Amino acid sequence: MDIQTLTFIIVGLTFALYIAIAIWSRAGSTNDFYVASGGVHPVMNGMATAADWMSAASFISMAGIIAFAGYDGSVYLMGWTGGYVLLALCLAPYLRKFGKFTVPDFIGDRYYSQTARTIAVICAILISFTYIAGQMRGVGVVFSRFLEVEIATGVFIGAVIVFFYTVLGGMKGITYTQVAQYCVLAFAYLVPAIFISMYMTGHILPQTGFGATIAEGVAGEGNYLLQRLDGLSEELGLAAYTEGVRNKIDVFAITCALMVGTAGLPHVIVRFFTVPKVHDARRSAGWALLFISVVYLTAPSIAAFAKVNLINTVNGPELTGVKYEQAPDWIKNWQKTNLIQWEDKNNDGRMFYSGDERNEMTVDRDIMVLANPEIADLPAWVVALVAAGGVAAALSTSAGLLLVISTSVSHDLLKRTFAPNITDRQELKWARIAAAAAVALSTWFGINPPGFVAQVVAFAFGLAAASFFPAIIMGIFYKRMNSTGAIAGMVVGIVFTLAYIIYFKFVNPAANVEANWLFGISPEGIGTLGMLINFVVAYVVHKLTGDAPQDTQDLVESIRYPKGAGGAVSH
Amino acid sequence: MAFKSEELAKAYWRENIGLVLKLLAVWFIVSYGFGIILVDWLNQFTFFGFKLGFWFAQQGSIITFVILIFIYVKRMAALDNKYEVHED
Repeated sequence: MDIQTLTFIIVGLTFALYIAIAIWSRAGSTNDFYVASGGVHPVMNGMATAADWMSAASFISMAGIIAFAGYDGSVYLMGWTGGYVLLALCLAPYLRKFGKFTVPDFIGDRYYSQTARTIAVICAILISFTYIAGQMRGVGVVFSRFLEVEIATGVFIGAVIVFFYTVLGGMKGITYTQVAQYCVLAFAYLVPAIFISMYMTGHILPQTGFGATIAEGVAGEGNYLLQRLDGLSEELGLAAYTEGVRNKIDVFAITCALMVGTAGLPHVIVRFFTVPKVHDARRSAGWALLFISVVYLTAPSIAAFAKVNLINTVNGPELTGVKYEQAPDWIKNWQKTNLIQWEDKNNDGRMFYSGDERNEMTVDRDIMVLANPEIADLPAWVVALVAAGGVAAALSTSAGLLLVISTSVSHDLLKRTFAPNITDRQELKWARIAAAAAVALSTWFGINPPGFVAQVVAFAFGLAAASFFPAIIMGIFYKRMNSTGAIAGMVVGIVFTLAYIIYFKFVNPAANVEANWLFGISPEGIGTLGMLINFVVAYVVHKLTGDAPQDTQDLVESIRYPKGAGGAVSH
Repeated sequence: MAFKSEELAKAYWRENIGLVLKLLAVWFIVSYGFGIILVDWLNQFTFFGFKLGFWFAQQGSIITFVILIFIYVKRMAALDNKYEVHED
């Protein structure tokens, strides 16, 4: 059977599985689906959180970025896991004790202000929207390859599926579907990695395999894989793989923005509101990170293997270039999507990949994970499995994000702020309109992306870091912080960060070089500075306007210990 | 008031903050310290075929993060019991 047919079958089977689980578990829990996870064991909840969290960016894009950026790619590895430590230690237990459903609810109630709530809603929409644009691109890459269509068509098909998947109903809230999605995506990620690790180094564990020596029969046998990769990179005019080229301040800033942003993402925080106890909120964060680390510890090994394989396949073992007629099928297949391009500059009929003027290949980083099983010549069912994993990752995250956007618009923004008199039917109608508009806009950004999937997603983290994180942290740990200070901090933080990103990515992309950056911080890392500005502005304004009222301070006192935590209530 | 006295409430919060700060110090040293600031210096050492700084940035820090959260869960449960503010 060819890859395309197998892909249809395996993706189809996983879809059937998700829908079956959704129907089965729905019948079991007829109550409000927000508390559906109330009876779920923390291990299960951790697994579901991991699926919700690991998006197309983690699954498809991250290893590819690491493959091309080497050490510099570590910012994504540390950034997207380190945030869970902040979440578990500084946010989750207290927000759980507070007992509300959404981040705007916490901000609105803690800062006793309708304005604060509205600003929080706007921030939540902006963040979720940026994040989902990255997902669309990811889904598009998957579909364009396996349906053999242009990337734009792939994005469009993906958008239609995501829209129906979300509108179909309360699937999002059903934890067991996400547990299944986690299993599919983790399995799909590990299987090819184990195969490749066995082939390249003889190690069954890819996590240790990429530090080992190259096995017999593979180009460069007997050498340490990473040393060989550094050597190859040097010969080809690329930066050494294990050393970075980004400046230290920028690496620091990006890592920090991703960590802090993780702790401020509305769709992640929400997961910890719905566990039954404060103790479970802490435990869930631990389990979630454990399950995430299964994928994240594998990603750098996939990256290193893929890079070596790519160089071997394109340049040949002697680095003389491989004749195009002898190019493996995967190169020709990906060429159809324009995500791999070959331009025979010196007319020798041979392909060549390098970091200097000899280079003839354009390889989109987002294809590395999807192409990896083909590059390593693995069986067709593994290739199909990876496609299913990519779709699972993108779907579980997009659905959650669309729900945040649509409830923010219909519930938090319209019902609770601007039009309190609308009926339930109208509210539902607005939720659907908001979801449709979000899908349409993010489709456009998926076709015309301002960066690779992981980079687009990184902007969402910067925005979350600059707006929510300081407001929530001060809300818990600084009980005298008042509403004026928090509002001023959020507004200045997010406006600054957004303006910086828009300027360098859209208004004047030509100027997006290190010499023009503020303190050498790239748009990906600027959220860190936005966060610091938020803290400073909030503190200064608070000092000028006086402490929060006593009843608010008592409220903050009461969320600092677990005893007496009731179930989460709507309003 | 879940605590028997104002002093106990303050002591609980102080111990809580102390624990969190200790764990965050480790979190910072392993990721920002070993993985970013000291990476070039650590790279002179080899660890199972990896340059040590590179290993911390791509593997070691993640493993440490997981361990930190589970230590926190355990220590906080003990603290909640000590001050009798655990959930029923």
